[in-house]
Amino acid sequence: MKRPEPFEIFQPASIQEARELHIHHGPGGYFLAGGTDLAIAIKEKGLVPRYVVDLKRIGSLSGIRENADGSLVLGALATMREVEISRVISRRFPFLSQSAGEVGSIQIRNRATIGGNIANATPSADVVPALLVLQAQVTISTQDGEKQVPLESFFLGPGKTVMERGDILTEILIPPASANLRGEYIKFSPREMMDLAYVGVAVALVTDGDENACREVRIALGAVSPVPMRAHKAEAVLVNRVINEESAERAGEAAASECTPISDVRASAAYRRHMVRVNTKRAILNALCGRPGNLPWVARRERRY
Amino acid sequence: MHCVAVPAIFPGWPGERGDINKKIRITLNGQERILEVVPYRLLLDLLRDEMGMTGTKEGCGTGDCGACTVLLHGKPVNSCLVFSGELDGADIVTIEGLKIGPELHPVQDAFRQDGGAQCGYCTPGMLMMTTALLRENEQPTEEEIRFALSGNLCRCTGYAKIIQAVQRAAEMMREKKITEAKS
Repeated sequence: MKRPEPFEIFQPASIQEARELHIHHGPGGYFLAGGTDLAIAIKEKGLVPRYVVDLKRIGSLSGIRENADGSLVLGALATMREVEISRVISRRFPFLSQSAGEVGSIQIRNRATIGGNIANATPSADVVPALLVLQAQVTISTQDGEKQVPLESFFLGPGKTVMERGDILTEILIPPASANLRGEYIKFSPREMMDLAYVGVAVALVTDGDENACREVRIALGAVSPVPMRAHKAEAVLVNRVINEESAERAGEAAASECTPISDVRASAAYRRHMVRVNTKRAILNALCGRPGNLPWVARRERRY
Repeated sequence: MHCVAVPAIFPGWPGERGDINKKIRITLNGQERILEVVPYRLLLDLLRDEMGMTGTKEGCGTGDCGACTVLLHGKPVNSCLVFSGELDGADIVTIEGLKIGPELHPVQDAFRQDGGAQCGYCTPGMLMMTTALLRENEQPTEEEIRFALSGNLCRCTGYAKIIQAVQRAAEMMREKKITEAKS
């Protein structure tokens, strides 16, 4: 395996300092979070950084906290493993913990960060569909101060986001959600967490009483369009209607019709589309069953439906 | 303070730059060390080529196989994806640091007894991951063991004996704990 070409590593203590370093040293610099994407880009894809600015010394970028109003703030440098085992996240949104727990091995998850995963804008990122159905926003520190962007409008294409050179993603905000919100994330990948998602489906829904009348529903898809997407047509099939096997099936069909998958080494476009149909239905019905939080991984991953 | 100069066993690669070296202080297998490192050197290479600790292996080099697993701040990571320049203040434990004193660590002993290794190349990584697992979970189920070892590939054993060894290691460590508590 190729070894890195020489580059310098800086370890600023504040966001301000990190941005100044980036301006001072000019082009060819990369921000480093967990490094699980950057190191591979350097070793495998021939990326040659002139210098690297390591963000891990910036204390304000780490940690996961719950605000009094019920919103959650995830520091951009919270690792996937921290998101996976966080008590507050597995209590409030077990499917978000699970989506983080399906990214690579434990070794990778101990390094990979949620902010790095979002900023890299891989269409198949596992946490992104789960965050999309929670209507997450990201905070970006730019030259003109901080700005908040809904995650839905953050991605522009594979590897492209609204962030400009020198911008730093600082935190992910999950707004307060109904206490009755139930959700599900399915990563469809034959090698499970050790491979990228062929298809990722996240569902969050709120139903009324015993009739399973759908009051609120959001569905998001990963790996089947240039950017992770909301499946608005599929949502429209369900909202204000009773959720049952038949309506879930129709929502699956709608999701399959609105995604735009490609064929690649993992799967053909037609197969991905079919898997969207199947797994959207499955995710809706799984979400409806509801799963209590804080279960060990085996129980969380068991497909109920 | 115990200060160790980087041993002169490694001549460096062609085109190395010495002007950007970084002084770091790390705890390696319980011993504090001050090193001058090349910032873009991978932790794996720092250990193997400069510290002479060749127990940690390189398999894929891209974080898929787990042969290079070490504990960084107590957590298992792929050392092939960590740069030396990030390590100031780090606490690192490698396979060389598992055994303290003359007796084998229970995890080592269990793998030996159960034949949890054939060619042995994945074994250091397996042992480090097992150590990390048993610290968090004293009595893992087979499913939990398989989940924890997902990122450690072995092409010889078929995993059955590795799983068995982890279960034995868990048992041995629990027994050891009970005996220690009694005495």
